Amino acid sequence: MNSRLKANIINTTSIILIYIILVLLIRIGFINNYYEGILIEMGINIILAVSLNLATGYLGQLTLGHAGFMAIGAYTAAILSARMNLPDLPLLLVSIVLGGLLAAFFAFLMAIPVFRLRGDYLAILTLGFGEIIRVIILNMKITGGGKGLSGILPLTSFSTVYFITVITVTIFYTLINSRHGRAIISIREDEIAAEAVGISTKYYKTFAFTLAAFFAGVAGGLFAHHTLVLDPKDFNFIRSIEILIIVVLGGMGNLTGSVLAAIIITILPRLLMGFADWNMIIYSVLLIAMMLFKPGGLLEKREFSLNGLLSGKKKSQGNTPVKNEGSE
Amino acid sequence: MRRLRKLMSLTLTGVLLAGALAGCGQKDSGSADSDVIKIGGIAPLTGNVAVYGVAASNGAKLAIEEINASGGILGKKIEYIEYDDKGDTTEAVNAYKKLVNNNKVNAIIGAVTSKPTLAITPLAAKEGIPMITPTATALDVTAAGTNIFRTCFIDPYQGEIMAKFALENLNASKAAVLYNTADDYSLGVAEAFKNYFEANGGTVVSYEGYGADEKDYKAILTNVKTQNPDVLFLPDYYNTVGLIAQQVKEVGINATLLGADGWDGVLTVAPEAVEGGYFCNHYSTDDTAEEVQNFIKKYKETYNEDPVSFAALGYDTVKILAAAIEKAGTTDYDAVVKALAETNITSVTGTITYDENRNPVKDVAIIKIENGQNRLYTKVNPQ
Repeated sequence: MNSRLKANIINTTSIILIYIILVLLIRIGFINNYYEGILIEMGINIILAVSLNLATGYLGQLTLGHAGFMAIGAYTAAILSARMNLPDLPLLLVSIVLGGLLAAFFAFLMAIPVFRLRGDYLAILTLGFGEIIRVIILNMKITGGGKGLSGILPLTSFSTVYFITVITVTIFYTLINSRHGRAIISIREDEIAAEAVGISTKYYKTFAFTLAAFFAGVAGGLFAHHTLVLDPKDFNFIRSIEILIIVVLGGMGNLTGSVLAAIIITILPRLLMGFADWNMIIYSVLLIAMMLFKPGGLLEKREFSLNGLLSGKKKSQGNTPVKNEGSE
Repeated sequence: MRRLRKLMSLTLTGVLLAGALAGCGQKDSGSADSDVIKIGGIAPLTGNVAVYGVAASNGAKLAIEEINASGGILGKKIEYIEYDDKGDTTEAVNAYKKLVNNNKVNAIIGAVTSKPTLAITPLAAKEGIPMITPTATALDVTAAGTNIFRTCFIDPYQGEIMAKFALENLNASKAAVLYNTADDYSLGVAEAFKNYFEANGGTVVSYEGYGADEKDYKAILTNVKTQNPDVLFLPDYYNTVGLIAQQVKEVGINATLLGADGWDGVLTVAPEAVEGGYFCNHYSTDDTAEEVQNFIKKYKETYNEDPVSFAALGYDTVKILAAAIEKAGTTDYDAVVKALAETNITSVTGTITYDENRNPVKDVAIIKIENGQNRLYTKVNPQ
């Protein structure tokens, strides 16, 4: 208990310390508007990747409709924030949470037919759902249809994204190490065995899927209030694939990996912006190289732990009790 | 082998990190460099709409070369820094922020398509930087701030011009409109056409939308045929228009085809199918004005192809901006914006002045497609 408290204190202080340093750097102008924008995008990508990792990495169900949930969250939040009269911060929080809830609601409805299937079939079904959502948005009046939705309030700031990202990662981390988390992982390992020991696979699948969609919706809400213009094209199936790339690159079922990969995947295109003709090729080659040399993801099975680092002990084994081998 | 792999991945991470740090280190480089006037460009150089982005960018570069060759503005050379937005809103926002914060540009030219432009207008409005979009026709683009101008005419204006043309010059009473539901440009022009046409005594017998990736329009067209319209209005980009026009012939509709500036280039896709059609454009290649012929000659020499209207607009945008900076005598944001508002220059796309919404007031060329050629049919004056 005591060591746990200590770990919590260390983690909280370091999170706040990083925040203070970054905010100071923004204040003195070392991190300018452009870099701040990249930091915000990083946060949004981290939330997306970490949430998809729950469904794909930990639950082991390949879903390709994440961009659809992001779209629901983004449009809902943007439409609501324009119609409510609240101060900035509560306005953002209320609208993104409502956006997340609506995304979760649709995911819940989807889960009923979706989890009758698995594997490739599930992937195609979720892909279809994602596209349906996009096409519906494209043909609705309130979303602006093909004209896009503009005039969204600029509510997303570095601070809000930072803390929402931290909260999201914390929630997923504690979830994975809880009873629910272990049940979810057991479904990935062997669904029949899990069922045999009395785990309700239907319940846990729906739970993980819905939770992932909720956070995709939240990320969408932050995205909407950052980009200020929404275009249904932003949420096509390529976007779902991009999120999946982050998850695979970071390692299926590895939260630290997802965070790290999200950071890299956000920075990479920005660095390559100068090489207009070459950037897609360089980007692809880097992805191929990483997959060849690190097929299990950037960090393979290791999770980063600040406490482990400080006390000099290898704590990697203790973090995720039901770690398996050979999921490749 | 294992060791080698580890080494490789370490190097890779190292390279990435170094790159990231190098990116940070580039900050402020050359910001104090006041010997040049920096103009930032945002255009889709890759992706779906790259044709337009590259043309606009080529036009802009041509104008900058010309200005630099004749001594620059205020005795300074222009440095043109350009980023690709891929036609994507997020990319455009990033490109804008990089240009303003890192490259410290004095003015922005861009973006080329409407949605990326709409994404950067709130930012530009906040900063007050002079910004001219060469080709974003959506109505709201210039509404965000008094520092945002454009070189092209707006969507509703094109729709109205063509509706008026159909009613008065072609004596049409029944019109059919086909538009792309996923495209803001197509929607905007179609709506304006329908409203004007109906308000002035015509009837729109068929007003049908289609999806962005559709290839077969026969079902819609068969429907249109039964209504027997006098004119068929197709406000979309030329590749789609070419496809529809061919199917119009196959189905056997005899209506006169009408279009908007997206038609520029349709002769490369389906010259026979659009024969006898009319569309409005920013300029015409057989305009005998000296500016136009000079521009066409130089453009052909430099890029070895005919300039489309996007190239002409990119070219004019630079000319407008250069004239404004020259007039202001400084690159101070407010002074340049003020000079821009008082613009009055004659260039490739006509004599340009700005109205109170910072939209250009200039002639519209109506082009007729005759014997596989674009012929200037008439010039319409704005009222």
